[in-house]
Amino acid sequence: MDFIFSEEQQQLRDSIQKYISKEYGFEARKAIMASAQGFSDKVWAQFADMGLLGVAFDEAHGGFGGTPVDTMLVMTELGRGIVVEPYFSTVVLGGSLVDLAGSEAQKQAILSEVAQGKLLLAAALGEPNSRYELNSVETAAKRDGAGYVLNGHKAVVLHGESADKLIVSARTAGGARDAKGISLFLVDRASAGVQVSGYRTIDGMRAAEIKLVNVKVGADSVLGEVDQGLPVLERASDFAVSALCAEAVGAMEALNAATFEYLKTRQQFGRPIGSFQALQHRAVDMFIHCEQSRSMAYLASVKVQSEDPKERKRTVSAAKIQIGRSGRSILQEAIQLHGGMGVSNELAAGHYAKRLAMINATLGDVEHHTERFASAG
Amino acid sequence: MDLNYTKEEQAFRGEVRTFIRDNLPKDIADKVLHHKRLVKDDWVRWQKILYKKGWVAPNWPKEYGGCAWTPIQQHIFEDECGYAGAPRVMPFGLVMVAPVIQNFGSKWQKEYYLPRILSSEDWWAQGYSEPGSGSDLASLKCKAVREGEHYIVNGQKTWTTLGQHADMIFCLVRTDSTVKKQEGISFLLIDMHSPGITVRPIITLDEEHEVNETFFDNVKVPAQNLVGEEGKGWTYAKFLLGHERTGIARVGESKRELEQLKNVAAKQLRNGKPLIEDPRFRDRIIQVEVELMALEITLLRVLSSRSKPGPEASILKIKGTDVQQALTELTMEAMGPYALPFRPETRDAAWHGEPVGPEYAASAAAVYFNYRKTSIYGGSNEIQRNIISQMVLGL
Ligand SMILES: Cc1cc2nc3c(=O)[nH]c(=O)nc-3n(C[C@H](O)[C@H](O)[C@H](O)COP(=O)(O)OP(=O)(O)OC[C@H]3O[C@@H](n4cnc5c(N)ncnc54)[C@H](O)[C@@H]3O)c2cc1C
Repeated sequence: MDFIFSEEQQQLRDSIQKYISKEYGFEARKAIMASAQGFSDKVWAQFADMGLLGVAFDEAHGGFGGTPVDTMLVMTELGRGIVVEPYFSTVVLGGSLVDLAGSEAQKQAILSEVAQGKLLLAAALGEPNSRYELNSVETAAKRDGAGYVLNGHKAVVLHGESADKLIVSARTAGGARDAKGISLFLVDRASAGVQVSGYRTIDGMRAAEIKLVNVKVGADSVLGEVDQGLPVLERASDFAVSALCAEAVGAMEALNAATFEYLKTRQQFGRPIGSFQALQHRAVDMFIHCEQSRSMAYLASVKVQSEDPKERKRTVSAAKIQIGRSGRSILQEAIQLHGGMGVSNELAAGHYAKRLAMINATLGDVEHHTERFASAG
Repeated sequence: MDLNYTKEEQAFRGEVRTFIRDNLPKDIADKVLHHKRLVKDDWVRWQKILYKKGWVAPNWPKEYGGCAWTPIQQHIFEDECGYAGAPRVMPFGLVMVAPVIQNFGSKWQKEYYLPRILSSEDWWAQGYSEPGSGSDLASLKCKAVREGEHYIVNGQKTWTTLGQHADMIFCLVRTDSTVKKQEGISFLLIDMHSPGITVRPIITLDEEHEVNETFFDNVKVPAQNLVGEEGKGWTYAKFLLGHERTGIARVGESKRELEQLKNVAAKQLRNGKPLIEDPRFRDRIIQVEVELMALEITLLRVLSSRSKPGPEASILKIKGTDVQQALTELTMEAMGPYALPFRPETRDAAWHGEPVGPEYAASAAAVYFNYRKTSIYGGSNEIQRNIISQMVLGL
């Protein structure tokens, strides 16, 4: 057993922490969210310069050959800064789909561009009726000469409108909920027939509904094996979930810190409200929730690499359950202990709270992962 | 013991239901049922309809225009209004300041303000909280100094609910800082159109404008607007707090939201089947439903007891808001990933664009975050617990 981060890992973490505390304060973030695109090209370019965009990719593909533990460290810091840039959609979920399913040529072409900050990805997996089920795919991909033609509706695609390339799950065989018959496609967002309608999300990011109307793609746009997309989707999604858990831990830490500080400084009845034992115990519970979540985020970032799918699924789902439940407790308590200030949009606390709630609604909530844990055996 | 409504009470419920069905404007009910944004006129219109019927102030004594209903009848009325999607009657004038004026106000105040409250001519706001004085209200600093026939008010109030619409505000102000803090507080009725008053919005987590900061800069208030005696404001405020707490259970509204949750959960799918058939989710709905059943009977017990609501009423605040918040949480979760889209423009009744996801998803997360307020305002749930532990349990 060894819970120690290497020197390089500590440096990575420190460099992001430093950047965010200097360049990504509450007001800076607010201005970024208010911009048309909803995130900052400048910040993105700086992330590229810092090497963050290639952390997870092989050196052969322009990356740094990091492990999921490195991604965890990055995501925790991004969570601490409630960063709204499309790191999760482009690097984590999009990047791992290409990494796990792509041909050598696709990886060469795409991952190095991502690492340099020149290419944005978005994973278009969900659909109006799919909820969190990756196997629930009604979008159809029909053979069309050497290529395919896609039709369907992809729902709540994170950063879908700014992505250059979409990774679309579509059905090449079987019925709407069958495990077999799902294939992955790389689709240029600018292709004819791709209709994107973007919107804000409540946690300050952006997402889109994407309608595919007779979108023609070539044979070279297939990512991975035809009909065999689901296992890869599950693996990439598990990696993404482990990263979300890490992000949540960063958000919890920051939100807890803000709340504990408030308990020490806010005076009522002639003393700091943190001197009331009723509130002290609540703060302690928030602290414990965060530590339990951290433990599970660690575990997930290690076990997500397991070759045994059962162990991988079980552990990652367990982590998502833990951070879903702890996140909900922490966010609600943080708002409550701030009193009226907790419901004001002018305090960072509420923004952490919103992000934590939406992490629960991304790639499976507590109930979804409870069921998955139970059926993983 | 008989826990059934009497024949008369059942007939009364029927009468109320018929009246609401025939008189509640559909556009207003639609807004409430779909969590659209209400505008000032929506509340005022509904209150004027109730006023015409003589039902706008059930809690008032008959001689001032009240209904002389039993507490059970009042509950039935609130239950039916809440369930049908009537907007909540704005409590600040009708429920809060009016009883204070009736009990402690001057003849002039009664004659001038009460009819205007009854007819919704004036919109009232509550000016208690200050930046430094929330739970510890008695520490308030907003100052009123007597100069001849006026008070000069300086200071700040905050969290003023819908103060942007207000014509009048009732304020707790400090008139004497040399005595014990509770004894230096007075109760003033202030015209919001007075020179020197500035109202600044506070935007909440759902990006709505529901609360405000209210600033007083040398505001001249006629001395005849002092309620009762100088220095007795705290007593009047405490009297008023008892009135705030029973209505806060919001049983009728929660019944409505529970039903909507069930409708939504019947339409949303999990693994291709209605979410409501999934035992994990269904059982969580049932837990809230049981809490709500218990709450309604607890409320009726409080209302039926011959003594006026005491510290036990704090149970109603705590459980009422627990239930409301649990319902918003389940509704948000029922949406799955469609909880994420945030489009405040869709909450405007005049908006007719293309919805993202199911129509009811548009407001779910926003309402969840908005309702965090319920355990904070009206005396936070921690303060309610302090009340029960000190006054009921003697701890
Ligand atoms: C949406 C909204 C609308 C409102 N509308 C109005 C209005 O129209 N008019 C008006 O005057 N006010 C209004 N309020 C203000 C409301 O009454 C106060 O927010 C409330 O009294 C809490 O005060 P505070 O916000 O200063 O929190 P604080 O008093 O600072 O409390 C912070 C936290 O400490 C806890 N706490 C404080 N003291 C104790 C203690 N002794 N023991 C244990 N815990 C304690 C609180 O419960 C809370 O969790 C509104 C508030 C909100 C959120």
